[in-house]
Amino acid sequence: MISMIEFTDITAWIHSLLLSVMTPTWTYIVELALSGVTALVVLLVCVIIMVYMERKVAGFMQLRWGPNRVGPYGIFQVIADVIKLLLKESFSPNRADKVMFNIAPALALCVSLMALAPISWAPGLTMWDTNIGILFITAISSMGVIGILMAGWSSNNKYSLIGAMRSGAQIVSYELSAGLSIVTAVALAGTLSTTGIIQSQADGWWILKGQIPAIIAFLIYVIASTAECNRAPFDLAEAESELTAGYHTEYAGMQFGIFYLNEYINMAIVSIIASTLFLGGWMPFHLPFDYPVVHTFNYIMDFIPTWMWFFGKMFLIIFFMMWFRWTFPRLRIDQLLKLEWKYLLPISIVNLLFAAVIIVLHWHL
Amino acid sequence: MKSLFNYIKEVVYAFVSLAKGLLLTLRYFVTIRKVNITEEYPNNRTTTISVKERFYGEVVLPHDENNEHKCTACTLCQIACPNNSIQIISKQIETEDGKKKRVLDKWVYHLDSCTLCYQCIDACPQDAIEMKNSFELSVYDRTKLIYQLNRPGSKLKEKPTVKEQQS
Ligand code: SF4
Ligand code: SF4
Repeated sequence: MISMIEFTDITAWIHSLLLSVMTPTWTYIVELALSGVTALVVLLVCVIIMVYMERKVAGFMQLRWGPNRVGPYGIFQVIADVIKLLLKESFSPNRADKVMFNIAPALALCVSLMALAPISWAPGLTMWDTNIGILFITAISSMGVIGILMAGWSSNNKYSLIGAMRSGAQIVSYELSAGLSIVTAVALAGTLSTTGIIQSQADGWWILKGQIPAIIAFLIYVIASTAECNRAPFDLAEAESELTAGYHTEYAGMQFGIFYLNEYINMAIVSIIASTLFLGGWMPFHLPFDYPVVHTFNYIMDFIPTWMWFFGKMFLIIFFMMWFRWTFPRLRIDQLLKLEWKYLLPISIVNLLFAAVIIVLHWHL
Repeated sequence: MKSLFNYIKEVVYAFVSLAKGLLLTLRYFVTIRKVNITEEYPNNRTTTISVKERFYGEVVLPHDENNEHKCTACTLCQIACPNNSIQIISKQIETEDGKKKRVLDKWVYHLDSCTLCYQCIDACPQDAIEMKNSFELSVYDRTKLIYQLNRPGSKLKEKPTVKEQQS
């Protein structure tokens, strides 16, 4: 059985192996580097899959085939694109603030990678198993706008500036309802630690156990996080039709590539968080009822390895976000703010209230 | 109270209408093999591709199975052409019964300067030339766009004499 080899066994084995050849301090440093690199590699592989998936989903939803020339079914298209970006000149305009302009993409990437730290990838596989994981993530994810603001400001270009400012307004607003729906899930689980939240869903995911408030919170979180990732229909920060390319108008080559990568990494992180909070992260699908049939069902579900659940849920939510992107037209800036302040925010506050009632009366399963 | 009801109605209506759009794209996504409208051009050139019969692609001089064409080298098409895209080069030959006769030597067609105006075909009294709906005409060098339309060794198709027609 595959699930006999747990990730904890692998990490413990690596730990003892490293201890046998070097001092504990060095072991610690090497393990830090190793875990960071591993997470980054996994994420990059996910991004490559996501870029390919995005283009295929876009194609299929627009009645065309998507990339199908480079390699079978166009699977090498992404590699060709990356090579193209790498070979291009990274040009910075004369009147730009050079230092800011050049560090903005790196900074944006750093901020979004920071949110990876408290994520629980598999049972016992967390880089930073802290008891405030979700709080940390909410704090970091609202910082993501800093790279965009810096890029827009330092480009010395009115399109970039307008795009960046829009993005600022957008993230400040949508952070609220995203935060409130996270609070709903945290209140249901009763813990801020990612591992704890996943373990509290061992007998069923919160989206099932938490009744209607959990479903509404999930929907609001998906909408708000789509907005936070600056993805269509909320891609006002880029808005090709009005702002050329928004905050990354002046960027070329790999600097633009980093912004592009950043968008997909953000998407991956947001979907991992959504699946952690509402769909049980790596937890298999269990039903919260006490019948023999249900027990058998739960037992069968355990046979599917946890990494499959983890990435399956992640890509399911990513598919939702792509589905939105290729279905809905872009909102105007006033519609965007109206949606948040008039609809999502009041609804999520009321929803939190209902969730509180359900939790206090122990109505959740 | 009424405004609250309206508010909720608005939200529900928004979700319903968004779901309609989502379902439509999901249907496209799932049934892409049926609804796909892409012409996979180089792959389908022998199968599904279709170009209308009336499409003006290039001027051709049809030959029949005996390698005979109908051009009498009267140069009317050359005169009719507004772009000088046609050069009729004729030669004198001697028929068996000793008569001198002017026949077609080279029917030179400059596709690079042809505007596909159809005037040559209208001008031809013998209906010797036609417009073809071919479209893969690109070449790497414009000198390659000058064609000789009469095939090597081809000759004028003899018109049936009155006697032959009656018999
Ligand atoms: S189609 Fe027009 S331009 Fe072309 S050869 Fe005939 S007369 Fe000339
Ligand atoms: S193609 Fe027709 S018009 Fe032109 S030379 Fe021949 S017979 Fe005359």
